Amino acid sequence: MTQLVSLTLQDTGEGRQIVEAIKQDNPGVDSLEMPGAIKLDRPDSLIVKRETVSEKLGRDWDPQEIHLTMVSMAGNLDEDDDYFALSWNR
Amino acid sequence: MAAKKKLGLKQRYNLMTRGLDWETSYQPMDKVFPEATFEGIKIKDWDKWQDPFRLTMDSYWKFQAEKERKLYAVLDSFAQNNGQLGLSDPRYVNTVKLFLTGVSPLEYQAHRGFAHAGRQMPGVGPRIAAQMQSLDELRHAQTQIHTISHYNKYFDGLHEFRHMHDRVWYLSVPKSFFDDARTSGPFEYMIAIGFAFEYVLTNLLFVPFMSGAAYNGDLATVTFGFSAQSDESRHMTLGIEVIKFLLEQDPDNLPIVQKWVDKWFWRGYKVLTLVAMMMDYMLPKRIMSWKEAWEIYFTQAGGALFEDLARYGIRPPKYADVATAECDHVAHQNWSIFYQYTHAAAFHTWLPNSEEMDWLSEKYPESFDKHYRPRYEQWARMEADGNRFYNNALPQLCTTCQIPMGYTEPGDPTTIAFRTSEHKGDIYHFCSDGCKDIFDGEPEKYSQSWLPVHQIFQGNCGGADVEDVLKWYNMNLGADNLDQNVSPDQELWDEWQRQRAAVSSVAAE
Repeated sequence: MTQLVSLTLQDTGEGRQIVEAIKQDNPGVDSLEMPGAIKLDRPDSLIVKRETVSEKLGRDWDPQEIHLTMVSMAGNLDEDDDYFALSWNR
Repeated sequence: MAAKKKLGLKQRYNLMTRGLDWETSYQPMDKVFPEATFEGIKIKDWDKWQDPFRLTMDSYWKFQAEKERKLYAVLDSFAQNNGQLGLSDPRYVNTVKLFLTGVSPLEYQAHRGFAHAGRQMPGVGPRIAAQMQSLDELRHAQTQIHTISHYNKYFDGLHEFRHMHDRVWYLSVPKSFFDDARTSGPFEYMIAIGFAFEYVLTNLLFVPFMSGAAYNGDLATVTFGFSAQSDESRHMTLGIEVIKFLLEQDPDNLPIVQKWVDKWFWRGYKVLTLVAMMMDYMLPKRIMSWKEAWEIYFTQAGGALFEDLARYGIRPPKYADVATAECDHVAHQNWSIFYQYTHAAAFHTWLPNSEEMDWLSEKYPESFDKHYRPRYEQWARMEADGNRFYNNALPQLCTTCQIPMGYTEPGDPTTIAFRTSEHKGDIYHFCSDGCKDIFDGEPEKYSQSWLPVHQIFQGNCGGADVEDVLKWYNMNLGADNLDQNVSPDQELWDEWQRQRAAVSSVAAE
């Protein structure tokens, strides 16, 4: 079975920009749009990059700010200054 | 990249969470942490604990304050602008009532539980994570009580949520679940709530439900829900870290942890069957069926998780296959229970209309038309004849999950499932093999369950007939209970609609 990692974000102005950044950096990501929230799924891994989100937002974005937008996730987390990454089989 | 002036996140996190602890000198460590060993869990090196969210206390306060500012801005504006007028349908409010009376007090229980478990952990990493979670849960309880205070101004059934939580028959289902977890040892609590509930099951509670609130115009609930849920991701990583840490520390921990995974999956699943009913029956505008949510959040997400944990020897929870098969039935069986006992519940019920029944047929092609549509049609005929069906007998409750025993045998939806165990000369009853196994594992604990129906028969609940008991619940009879179409809630809603129609016809002239 494919192991999907998953990230659900609030459907807000900032949330949609983060989703855009994720789609750009993660080929093959699938999205499920629910009222108020967007669920992103991808086999094995998914990364949110500081650089891409900052470009989309037009300001410096700290990956820890994802706490304000994130609804749920699945996978093992690796977090650092420049990225927020989910994967299976760490 | 240019040389960093500041420390990196990982270094900063290490400096701010490690080496803060000390070995006690005038009391032995095992007296300072008296609950650390009795469950049989062996920990060799607490420093191997890794918190994947490298959140230090200073950032924690910063982000939580920001969440609170956003949340209360919305709650205030919902109240100022009479947001309740924008709901999709007044039936929707019953979903909120069940959530706020059933789940919100659990947030407070979780606050206490994590404060206690954190205090009992000899390692500093899990202690900090449990402390943050404890504070989160207190925040969730507070924001939900603020929401109660708004809805309570207009709708019935919320005025005594704390009092009712300790007494009302169906609220004993979520209450006893958390009482059970909090009276376990600290490691079991962390697996029960941190892993089984938060990681494996909580998405089924919050995500479709909050999305349902968004779809039904309930800004207040969407807001506290997603704000709470933003902490949930941190709780989920704590849950997954706990289980990995325990399994990596000592192979002897595996059978203990597996037993807890089996037990708490089943306990949590039974509580969540109330959500199944909310999703399939109580949301006037529906997001997805319980069966679809289970497929996404348990079969798919849980499948990936347990595949990851297989390398430690952990297998998927026992009876997960039974829970999956029950998806075709559980919401229908639960709603039928509440319809029959509508006179004893602090929210309203109704029969699904023909469009809603068609939706249910489409979502449940294997079961709805064959087993449940005929039942609702019969009840609708009885209602039309002025003979609305009430069940006036008190139900047999399952000793473990405390839900009335209205469930059917796996693979045979026409036979009620009925299990028993004997303990010290008494017979105990169960709705399922999962619930019976849990009792058989700890009969000393579960034979002491406070079962609402037993307590009524023992004379501990205000009197001998149903009305006495409902008064003891502090229920306002004729307002909090019975069907939606005869409720003061509906009357108030209809009045609002008339006023709105009058205003818009004046505007049109």
